[in-house]
Amino acid sequence: MSAYEISVLSVIGLNVMLAVSLNIISGFCGQVSLGHGAFYGAGAYGAALTMIAWSSVPLSLFMGTAVGAVFGLIVGFASLRVRSDFLAVTTIGVNFLFTGFVRKQSWLGGEMGISGIPGSGLSSTGNMIMILVFAALTIAISFYISRSWMGFAFRAVSQDEDAAATLGINSGAYKLAAFGIGTALAGLAGGLYAFFTQFITADTFDFILSVMLMAMVVIGGIGSTTGVVVAAIALTLLPEAIRFVNDYRLLVFGGLLVLVIRLAPGGIADLTRRFVIPAAKA
Amino acid sequence: MYYIDLGVTGLSFGCMYAMMAVGLTLVYGLLRILHIAHAAVFALGAYLTVLVANATGNIGLGFLAAIAVTPLFGMGVYRLLYEPLLRYRPDVPMIASVGLLVLMQDAFRIAFGEQGVTFHSNRYAFMIFDLAGVRVNAVQIAIIACAIIVFVGLHLFTTRSRIGIGWRATVSRPKIATSFGVDAIKVRYLNFAIGSALAALAGGLVGMLNNLVDPAIGYVVSYKALAIIVLGGLGSVRGTLIASLVLGMVETYGTIFMGAWLNRDAIAFVALIALLMIRPQGFTGARTA
Repeated sequence: MSAYEISVLSVIGLNVMLAVSLNIISGFCGQVSLGHGAFYGAGAYGAALTMIAWSSVPLSLFMGTAVGAVFGLIVGFASLRVRSDFLAVTTIGVNFLFTGFVRKQSWLGGEMGISGIPGSGLSSTGNMIMILVFAALTIAISFYISRSWMGFAFRAVSQDEDAAATLGINSGAYKLAAFGIGTALAGLAGGLYAFFTQFITADTFDFILSVMLMAMVVIGGIGSTTGVVVAAIALTLLPEAIRFVNDYRLLVFGGLLVLVIRLAPGGIADLTRRFVIPAAKA
Repeated sequence: MYYIDLGVTGLSFGCMYAMMAVGLTLVYGLLRILHIAHAAVFALGAYLTVLVANATGNIGLGFLAAIAVTPLFGMGVYRLLYEPLLRYRPDVPMIASVGLLVLMQDAFRIAFGEQGVTFHSNRYAFMIFDLAGVRVNAVQIAIIACAIIVFVGLHLFTTRSRIGIGWRATVSRPKIATSFGVDAIKVRYLNFAIGSALAALAGGLVGMLNNLVDPAIGYVVSYKALAIIVLGGLGSVRGTLIASLVLGMVETYGTIFMGAWLNRDAIAFVALIALLMIRPQGFTGARTA
């Protein structure tokens, strides 16, 4: 495999992890988060600093996950206070705070970021395989949650919190669980990213990234793991496959987001359910 | 005098935020949609101002064009994007709105270049008055004056004219207003038209102040405006005005005192998040979120 293919596959793996983990929070549990990039970044910074200090790959990945989860739980507490579109505004704020804060911290590298992060010791192919394994694991976790009692509770909270409460579902606890799991996975992806590029800056984890992740979830179909995986792969490949798309990346992503919500709010998953499956049966 | 200079800067920023945010808060009051793409209207206004001003050599014509065209755009966004989405959860139209903002910002970048457009002849941006030792830019004075005219006008319109009273009635109690014969749909169009014109005016003025209109002009304003309308209590014009002025001041002085560990744009969100944690319904809002 060429270096180019390896890097594209690695990015696909990372984006799948991020989109699927965001889908657990926003799709399953209905808590719209437009700041997923911040947790990804927190994980990347956590892992990078751990690697520089102790140069242990497993410990760094663990720290990335832990930092993402702790940060996510703090924001999760916000979801207990504010709902729906207000939560979205709060998470946008969290994203701006994260990048604004990191840029000013000299111990986090400030505007220049952290460069020269020690490698994982694996070849670039090995790195890619590690990312893809974790991406597969993330997908498996998402399917498992979706079919478990917790997935049921998430959907109940998402559809009607008051009705869920009458069934004895503690919506606060489940919202925190969704945030904790989703952001831990984003933090893990951040750790993997730190090893993939060995160089991180705050700009990578800005609000635009969060919007693109949300675009993947919405275009794939909010709440559908398969749809989100397909959308994450397709939207990562699109700028690579069609050259002009790379220059107009945001134009295309924004346009797709508007069109999909306007014409097919259920995304790819809903379109397949409506057209492809009946057609196969007929 | 340094601190008074800063105060004038803060005041002019506050006035600019107020003109930008008032349309947003009224859209939320009417439709419960966070109209994030309002920032794209702001940017559109700025671009129209600079392009028409450069083409005709007259800045006044630029503003006229911006104020004439953006209401049509705002009403179009309502008709084509929001109206069909009203039956979904409020975050659905909001995500569509984010999409529209990202799309338009990138369209501006592609159409008019990464570097942005500067005014060919904009002597006001460099005209500085010395008022008893306080140095004030002509555009800053224009922003403050425009805001005063706009808010006095808006106040008179919504308290004295029949249409304005109907507008206010629809924002606070849509069903009762409709039963009294107010056309709620017309009110929505009116709302998007006026809000867009004010955002365009603010955009044009900011373009003049910086002597530059670049593709990023709308981004930060958009999220700050969200912070402002939440702080001001959604749907309340007075609250929005107060929150805008306070934010303008806090930001300007905050950059001096907190600039070492937080950048200017993050300060608004610290205030926002802190407030939302204490009062999830906003500063003045009695309505639940």
